[in-house]
Amino acid sequence: MTNSLNVAPAMVVETPTKRAPSALLRGLFQNPAATIGATLLVLIILVAVLAPYLGTLDPTAIDPASRNALPGSVSTLDNGVGGERSYTHWMGTDSLGRDIYSRVLYGGRVSLIVGLSVATLSLGFGLLIGLVAGYVRWVDAVVMRIMDGLMAIPSILLAIALVSLSSAGLGNVVVAITIPEIPRVVRLVRAIVLSARQEPYVEAAISVGTRTPMILFRHILPNTIAPLIVQGTYVFGSAILLEAILSFLGAGTPPEHPTWGNIIADGRALFRIYPHTLLFPGIFLALTVLGVNLLGDQLRDTLDPRLAKRI
Amino acid sequence: MAAFVIRRILATIPVLGMVAVIVFLILRLTPGDPATLLAGDNATLAQIEEIRRHLGLDRSIVVQFVSWIGHLLRGDFGESFFFKMPVAALIADRIQPTLSLALMTLIFTIVIAVPMGVIAANRRGTWVDHAVMTFSVGGFSIPVFVLGYLLIYVFAIRLNWFPVQGFKSFDAGIRPFLSHLLLPSLTLSVVYIALVARIARASVIEVLNEDYIRTAYSKGLTNRVVLTQHALRNAAIPIVTVIGMGVALLIGGAVVIESVYNIPGLGRLTVDAVLSRDYPTIQAMVLLFSFIYVMINMLVDLSYAVLDPRIRY
Repeated sequence: MTNSLNVAPAMVVETPTKRAPSALLRGLFQNPAATIGATLLVLIILVAVLAPYLGTLDPTAIDPASRNALPGSVSTLDNGVGGERSYTHWMGTDSLGRDIYSRVLYGGRVSLIVGLSVATLSLGFGLLIGLVAGYVRWVDAVVMRIMDGLMAIPSILLAIALVSLSSAGLGNVVVAITIPEIPRVVRLVRAIVLSARQEPYVEAAISVGTRTPMILFRHILPNTIAPLIVQGTYVFGSAILLEAILSFLGAGTPPEHPTWGNIIADGRALFRIYPHTLLFPGIFLALTVLGVNLLGDQLRDTLDPRLAKRI
Repeated sequence: MAAFVIRRILATIPVLGMVAVIVFLILRLTPGDPATLLAGDNATLAQIEEIRRHLGLDRSIVVQFVSWIGHLLRGDFGESFFFKMPVAALIADRIQPTLSLALMTLIFTIVIAVPMGVIAANRRGTWVDHAVMTFSVGGFSIPVFVLGYLLIYVFAIRLNWFPVQGFKSFDAGIRPFLSHLLLPSLTLSVVYIALVARIARASVIEVLNEDYIRTAYSKGLTNRVVLTQHALRNAAIPIVTVIGMGVALLIGGAVVIESVYNIPGLGRLTVDAVLSRDYPTIQAMVLLFSFIYVMINMLVDLSYAVLDPRIRY
């Protein structure tokens, strides 16, 4: 091999391309998949936030007179001031006469809250643990053994085992879904820290006597942001899915709570005759996760091209 | 090579040990007292005390852990609170449906996903490729229980091609066995296929850029031979790896799918145990599934040396 060939790679040192956030966004939405994903998510968020204004009824109100009504059927309800008012059940009613349209819309709130809380908590804890583990050797040895153990337990199993310990409530469900997600974040952050601490600017910071917390948060942490955003989208999606699975299995929030999983669980018994009780929450759930996945894939390709190449 | 195999087998011990510690602590964190729970509502304090001594709960936590591990190693998973029988016997009763479901899903996945990925890579950028990638994103997004009910509704209720739910043991004849198993395995394999096809496509694309692929084409080999014998062979390691990692999806999916299709397997047992707070059974199931997952990934690692003779340990 000639000398010039040996030298050549050094001349084309890849400089990390610094692009303005607006340029990144433009790049992101050049792809129709990202646009579709973002649109789906915005719609779901709007529907969830505006649920009280979208002609919904009380999602937990039971109406024995109109059980298992088909989509589009009309029932009359007491309007509270002595008169009656008729309502159209756009998506029918369930086995207790609750309006599925209202339950699906309010269910969106639960799903989004769970997705957001799990993503925030697992990224927060994962980042903190990963930063320390990547930088402090003895912590690394201990923490990574624990993480390996946690990762060896399939996440659905770990989550339902954790839920079985406590009374079913939204908070406990969030914790049970967060714990299996944390090791994946820790592994990601740790890997980034390990490679960043070899960088000249970190060595320079150490040599001028910068204190460790400062090095971690000022110099190393920024490297983790782009991969964490990508990871966060996937955690958000899988948390929504896992919450629905827990509710569906009867191990999630109490059955009267309007969550997509609970609505589907309620419709199971009679789904041969009334498939609509499963259909509508199922569609909303699938579209939400689809939106997250489409957006996540494009975010990964835009923000983290190295990862994109590997997958 | 032998040294590598032994090292890799030994490496699973700390992981499994940690899993055991976590699973043990999960039971210890139970807010209620297992002895009180087991004794029922009408028990006297003396009876509860007796059960506590019987379970060894009056001893220190370290002693309990060591004795628990000792029992595990002898195949004793304890006694189910709910079924009042040894958990090991429960597992033996329920293993056939889950094993059949898992194997059939694995077969579907490999037979469908690998060719899908190879063809998509070969026709990169064409409509075939787009179709495979769309299927992949869709397969990831549709929740397994929603898909399950959708397939039951269309193929079992509307078209009447398959029995609606349930499971028939292999002893009942091959036809009823397969007809009950086909729909659940297909449902379960969709997300798995989505995962494997995507990785297969990506790794074949990467291999297709290699010089030896150009050489293979230039010496006049057909596209088919180049793809299957040169490209796929060299792309095998990431594909096998993702199949191994996907076993976690398979296990989680089995827990859900057995509830959807009313299959009396280990997944269903796990859910029932969670709903009835049957802690010994929950503990055993989490341990068993994690053990299987760790073992499969160990086998995947060992297979690297077979798949790629350049890998020497």
